Amino acid sequence: MKREVVGAHYGLFDWLVQRLSAVVMVAYTLLLLLVLARMPQIDYVHWKALWNVPVMRYCTALFLLALYLHAWVGLRDIFMDYIKDAGLRLTLYVFTVIALLWYAIWSVQILWGL
Amino acid sequence: MPKPRPKYLNLLQIRLPLPGIVSIMHRVSGAALFLVIPLLLYVLQTSLESPHGFAAIKSALFTPLAKVILIALLWGFFHHFCAGVRYLALDLDVGTDLPVARATSWVVLAFSIGLTLICGVLLW
Repeated sequence: MKREVVGAHYGLFDWLVQRLSAVVMVAYTLLLLLVLARMPQIDYVHWKALWNVPVMRYCTALFLLALYLHAWVGLRDIFMDYIKDAGLRLTLYVFTVIALLWYAIWSVQILWGL
Repeated sequence: MPKPRPKYLNLLQIRLPLPGIVSIMHRVSGAALFLVIPLLLYVLQTSLESPHGFAAIKSALFTPLAKVILIALLWGFFHHFCAGVRYLALDLDVGTDLPVARATSWVVLAFSIGLTLICGVLLW
């Protein structure tokens, strides 16, 4: 197997990112379930009001950041395992990064209504 | 002379053990969840834009097609979630013995399918 050695702890950072982001997303999922269960009723007024709460916005932003990092590490692993052609793999990496950056900017626009 | 060991490069001939099946489903569900990120962002954006957008999303969710997609997504999410929690436990050296690892694979599979069925019935 050909591997690029970039340091003694190759891959440890990604490994850690994948676990930490997973924990963040589990916590957010439980928080969201709790918040939704406590909503008096799900209509536009209550829904909009919920997303106007700053804590909700920041927690969601943190969740989405964790999601995009998690998706990057996961997709990269899948591409590394199944895409043998280096050029195609690099292309897929680039498209994935562009998509995730686009989602991140879009997320901020949604949450803060820019 | 050792007998040549079978190499099953044909995906249809590979017989994965249960933890292996749960593992590949973790990958497939993860990839599927990545693909629906833009759809979910669009739904969130539209629902927050205006009362009209909120109503449009709400009525769209009541169509049978949307329900089928939502249930499939829920299964993907539940499986990825439960299998992920199992991996976090394995990383902490919890449940690494083979019988336990097999049993927890069953739990992941059954629990996520059970949750999906309950949500499916509630949604429908």
